[in-house]
Formats: sequence, structure tokens, C-alpha cells
Amino acid sequence: MTHLPYIVAAYGLTIGVAMVLSINATLRLRQARRRLAAIEQPGRTRQPS
Amino acid sequence: MPPRTDGSTLNVTQSLTARTGNLFHRYANPGRFLRMGARLQPWLTWPALVLSIIGITWGLFFSPADWQQGDSVRIMYVHVPTAWLASSGYMGIAICSVLSLVWRHPLADLAAVEIGPVGAAITAVCLATGSLWGKPMWGTWWVWDARLTSVLVLFFLYLGHIALIRAFDEPQRGYRAAAILGLAGAIDLPIIKFSVQWWNTLHQPDSITVTGAPTMSTSMLWPLGLTTLGFTLGFGAIVLARLRAAVMESRMRTILAANRGRQSAPQHNSTP
Repeated sequence: MTHLPYIVAAYGLTIGVAMVLSINATLRLRQARRRLAAIEQPGRTRQPS
Repeated sequence: MPPRTDGSTLNVTQSLTARTGNLFHRYANPGRFLRMGARLQPWLTWPALVLSIIGITWGLFFSPADWQQGDSVRIMYVHVPTAWLASSGYMGIAICSVLSLVWRHPLADLAAVEIGPVGAAITAVCLATGSLWGKPMWGTWWVWDARLTSVLVLFFLYLGHIALIRAFDEPQRGYRAAAILGLAGAIDLPIIKFSVQWWNTLHQPDSITVTGAPTMSTSMLWPLGLTTLGFTLGFGAIVLARLRAAVMESRMRTILAANRGRQSAPQHNSTP
């Protein structure tokens, strides 16, 4: 398999970018959900979770 | 008196436009969208993950090597889905542009904002994996071939869209300018698609077409289909998650602005 470095680089790059995009979207959604809940129901959600 | 046919044609067109607008606006309510998005999210995320893992494992370890290209053909299983998504993502922006310009759909602008960075990243991956495939096959990382150049133009269109939509202090002006760019840039999509037919390119012609039978073995077609479907669902899941977050952030800004308005109102009234 003489082309192994090219194959590894292509798959590594694709999986890496997909993971960065997914993690970024998940964290942003989680943070937005938490902050919105804190604003909409301040009494209940200000408690540490 | 104008001919009756002109008037009725106009009425039919107006009626169709209004009905389509009503259909789209039914899903414009943020609360309804968030509820629907939350239900849809796992149906995109988990199949995307499962299909992508199966497709990548199949393509990397179990599909046959090509008689000419050898093992480097395995790059196809990540390059082709990203190429498909690069064009589809921009098509999504173009559809959002129509929804924004014609029907002023409030979610269309937010969707265009969120598709842009994901589409740009995927297009960059498409170009990079293409180069990684081209180097061992063509002996060069890059050629100014019609297919490669038109995809590079698509990448710049994405970057332009991202920059333009955030370039104005008043968001509505940015949305409008970006929607015009989104529509105008869609002309690049048929150029990408047909570049390998219109010009003599180093890039190979399409192996899968709508009308003809695929020109590749089924043992390669299956993992390619799985990764394409998996990546497409994954793209949808990421954009949906970002869009849900954007809707929540927008709602937060509205609530905070309303709270600030209420707090400042009595002080203003008390001033003689």
C-alpha cells in the first residue's frame, strides 16, 4: 500500500473536520439551551446543575 | 381591457405564491421550529453516525482496490460525499435566499447563516481530499482544471457569503446582500456539474448519473452510497443543531432587549 499516507491524511482530515463541526454544534446548542432556560425561568434554573 | 387569460394567469401565479408562502410560514414560528427540530435531531444524528461508520469501515478495509488506481481509490469514499455536500450546501443557501427575498421567511436568513460555515468547511475538505487523491494519481496536488477551479470558486463563494452576511451593523441588510450573492453564486453549481462534459478536464467524468447505469462495481458503489447518505444526514444534523442554537440565541436577545426596555421605561417616565 504505497499510497497509505495519502489515504490516512484524507480520512483523518475528513473525520477531524466532521468531529470539530459536530462538537462545536453540540456545545453551542447545549450552551444556548442552558442560557435560554436561565432567562425564561430564572428562579428554577439559577441553581447549579 | 386586458385579455382574460393574462389576468387569470396572474391570479393563479399570485395565488400559488401566497399559498407557498403560507406553507413555509407555518414552520416559521420559533417555538414550533424548536419543538420540531428537537424531535428530528436524533433521527438525523444517529443514522448519520451509524451509516458513516459502516461506510468508512467498508470502504477503508473491505472494498476492493481499483485495478488502475490501487488502494488510493479508497479516498473516493470521503471525497465524493464531501463534493456532493459542497454543492448541496450551496443549493441550500440558494433556496434560503429565495425564501428570504420572496417570502421574507424569518428562519431562512438564520439557516443561510448556519449553512455557510459548515458548507465552507466541507468544501475545503473536498478540495483537500481531491488534492490528496490527485498527487499519487496525477503526480500533482493541483491543476487549473475546470472541475477543480469551479469548486475553488464555490469555496470562495461560501467565504464571501459568510463575510457579507455579517458585514452590516443592521442584520437585515446583511441578510439581503448575502441572499443576492447566494442566488447569483448558484450559477456555479451547473458549471461544477457539467464542467467534466463541457471541457476537456484532467478530472474524471461522473461515474454515477441519473439516466445511465453506474460505471463502477457494486462492491464500491455500496460503501460509497452509505458514506454519501451518512455524511448527508450528518450535514443535516449539524446544520439543524446550529440552527436550533441560533433560534434560541435570537430568542434570548429578544427577551433581554424586552427586559432592558421594561427596566429603563420607569426611569425615563420619572424624569420631569
